Amino acid sequence: MSISFTKLFLTTFKISAVTFGGGYTIVPILRDAFVNKYPLMDDEEMINLIAIAQSSPGAMAVNTSILIGYKAHKIKGALTTAVATVLPPLIIITAISFAYQLFATNPWIQAALIGMRGSITAVMAYAVFNMGRNVLQQKKRFGLIVMIGSFILGYFHFLPTALVILLSGFSGYAYFGLRRQIKGWW
Amino acid sequence: MIYLQLFITFLQIGMFSFGGGYAVMPMIQRYIVEQRGWITFHQLADITSISQMTPGPIAINAATFVGVKVAGPLGGVVATIGSITPSFILLILLAYFFFRNSNLYYIQDILKGLRPAIVSLILIAAISLGGSAIFLETDFTIPWLQNLNYPAIVSALIALFLLIKYKVDSVIVIFSGALIGIIYHAITII
Repeated sequence: MSISFTKLFLTTFKISAVTFGGGYTIVPILRDAFVNKYPLMDDEEMINLIAIAQSSPGAMAVNTSILIGYKAHKIKGALTTAVATVLPPLIIITAISFAYQLFATNPWIQAALIGMRGSITAVMAYAVFNMGRNVLQQKKRFGLIVMIGSFILGYFHFLPTALVILLSGFSGYAYFGLRRQIKGWW
Repeated sequence: MIYLQLFITFLQIGMFSFGGGYAVMPMIQRYIVEQRGWITFHQLADITSISQMTPGPIAINAATFVGVKVAGPLGGVVATIGSITPSFILLILLAYFFFRNSNLYYIQDILKGLRPAIVSLILIAAISLGGSAIFLETDFTIPWLQNLNYPAIVSALIALFLLIKYKVDSVIVIFSGALIGIIYHAITII
């Protein structure tokens, strides 16, 4: 369950360089690398990190990488992954800010981006399927209710994402806490 | 000193950009466009569209873009460091607390509630990205068969096949999409 600084840096750098779309897009891809390829943690722990990442300000991609780095090598690891995540957009945007029109109108670049949007969607869908199956293996009924509930609240913009997270955390706290209390009484 | 100004301004933005993604745009409008006048509204719109075409979170892209415009490449670096510093510090504290106390039962209870919600949130992101990939226009009065973006659909199907059948590394899977897009474009212009 350990990974060298070089590998940590290169893996995060590579992922950050190819992941478009922002937000949660990068998360399943990080999971694929650090849960499946270099088993630094299991799925459950990965989801815990995502939850912590969401509860802090800033971009999900950077936050999740920082936590993965911290998990691997404490603060030095967190610095490594933070730099590795930020460097690709930093380099690319610096280059583009001098030649934006050229970039935005180049049909070959547009064609590559269209294809990548499709393949990233597939990577995300595949990860959601695996993570969902994993979550529903234990606590099936509760998990399904929270999953459907937070999907409806989030998808139709009834609540901002941060509040969906807060509410689901509270529901776990209330449900499992109460169950423990009731078991204690009997 | 311009570098210090950049650093502090983006530190402020980084501190309050909860929610990620486009949540940062109104902050940039207020601090960068209106208060400092470092970039124009038009340039802010440009950053938004660049962000959709390049990797990286929109907050980082915006910080780099503004920094470069104001003070050159070094300005881009300073602004970017400023924007991630608050979340870096907060996350280290949270991670320190979490890894020490993850055996506390109430933290476990909260996490049991969070896990299914996270799956749904990623699903929502996948649906909105998938929608923008598969359809050419958001105008649904167009007959849907004419509104499909075929290279993206082919890329998605091939990517799924590579993932399920051969468990190919996701970075390579994403690149396969770029290749398919380019090949498709090459075929259409011949």
